[in-house]
Amino acid sequence: MGFDVVEKRRISKSYRIKEIDSQLIYYRTREEAKLISEARKNGVSVPIIFDVDQEKGIIIMEYLKGKRIKDIFNKIGEEERANICKKIGISIGRLHKNNLIHGDITTSNMIYQEGKIHFIDFGLGEINSEIEAKGVDLHVLMEAIESAHSKFSNFFKYVLDGYKSEYMEEAGSVIKKIDEIVKRGRYR
Amino acid sequence: MLCLGIEGTAHSIGIGIVKDLKNKCQVISNLIKTYHPKQGGIHPREAANHHANHIADLIKQSVKKANIDFSEIDLISFSKGPGLGPCLRTAATAARALSLSLKKPIIGVNHCVAHLEIGRGTVERCEDPVLLYTSGANTQIIAFAEGRYRVFGETLDIGIGNCLDKFGRGIGLEFPSGPKIEELALKGSKYLQLPYSIKGMDIAFSGLLTAAEQYHKKGEKIEDICYSIQETTFAALTEVTERAMAHTEKNQVLLGGGVAANKRLREMVEIMAKERDASFFVPDKLLCIDNGAMIAWLGVLMYESGIRMNVENSFIDQRFRTDMVDVTWRE
Repeated sequence: MGFDVVEKRRISKSYRIKEIDSQLIYYRTREEAKLISEARKNGVSVPIIFDVDQEKGIIIMEYLKGKRIKDIFNKIGEEERANICKKIGISIGRLHKNNLIHGDITTSNMIYQEGKIHFIDFGLGEINSEIEAKGVDLHVLMEAIESAHSKFSNFFKYVLDGYKSEYMEEAGSVIKKIDEIVKRGRYR
Repeated sequence: MLCLGIEGTAHSIGIGIVKDLKNKCQVISNLIKTYHPKQGGIHPREAANHHANHIADLIKQSVKKANIDFSEIDLISFSKGPGLGPCLRTAATAARALSLSLKKPIIGVNHCVAHLEIGRGTVERCEDPVLLYTSGANTQIIAFAEGRYRVFGETLDIGIGNCLDKFGRGIGLEFPSGPKIEELALKGSKYLQLPYSIKGMDIAFSGLLTAAEQYHKKGEKIEDICYSIQETTFAALTEVTERAMAHTEKNQVLLGGGVAANKRLREMVEIMAKERDASFFVPDKLLCIDNGAMIAWLGVLMYESGIRMNVENSFIDQRFRTDMVDVTWRE
């Protein structure tokens, strides 16, 4: 098939004690591999996984040649940006419909390749059916857009449009939850 | 330019006098008086009464210590927010009175931004850092991006200092509990598993607090619980700071806030910085905690960049967010 592969290795951080370090590495590697395969099954673009070693914290996966959304987001035209946001929303809706929580949805963790948006870095994710978890997941992206793409923070609404179209059942309650999470934060 | 700054967002009232020295900050005097509740946490009105009782004396002492005359002061700066309403109003009232009686301009500044600017102003080579700001009420990861100080990560529930204080109060430690917990943690060695809650670059502590209290009820050694709380919360804080550095592509990290006094937190962030070839900075302890000098310094930066206020619009703002400040003094 001729795939380029990449080895993702979680490295030990010497600032944290062994007990925390090894547990985080093991758990995140396992969750990431699991969530990526689940996402693929449910039609979300993600890299193909070839091998996993939880003890060593290694995942061998397909190398994506595209560009990070973060790097193109501020440069593209209005229409394309809105379009990309909608696609992002549809993918997140698909994840959430299947109770897959990404945990770190930022524009750094999406690769744009051949018109498709691939999601990477599921290490902080989990499988969770609660509205709260889904709300927090979207809230992370909202903040990421506000801080890294502040001029275009109003584009988050297109993400929600895509999300609603894909996940009609619960999108309303999740979006309501985002407001609640914002208000729960300090100085809101 | 000489500026007198009044800090009064929470439990401390601080008066600082600073001088602008070629874009670096020279602290001439910096006096702080802290309210200690007899029991429980900070009572906003009692804290404000404490500040009102001490503020006039503290201003006089600060001017005396700076060895200047009141007439030499060019600008009065005060903490506009965020913070506790009664405390903010007390500090602002004093600032207005000074401004009117000395006939000198007044300026209200953002407390969180002041924590970052005092680092840039007083620490050599600290130019464009990611700030890990940890105090009782605040836990934010702040960096400059697209013309503003933006919050890249923050607590979703309570501040780290508040988490430590609440746990401390439950086991009978006095306020603030952080220093005592740090001492106890040194004697702990068994790691008790606690929730490690990171959402993107945000962080949450309330689940961990509950779990730690459960360990206490079950009779686990208090030293081990303190050790585990510190190791878990600080590792999570260090991790989100590192994520923010990677995200913003910055290679300097700065600590600020009362919890920055903790040696273990400093050590962790320093190791993280070293491992990614970044510089690690922490201001003098008196400039890390809530203090008047940082308020004065941010006042200078704002005033010199052309921002003007007058007594009529010198409002306070309890919910003054970091990213609401238009940063006119930086490129």
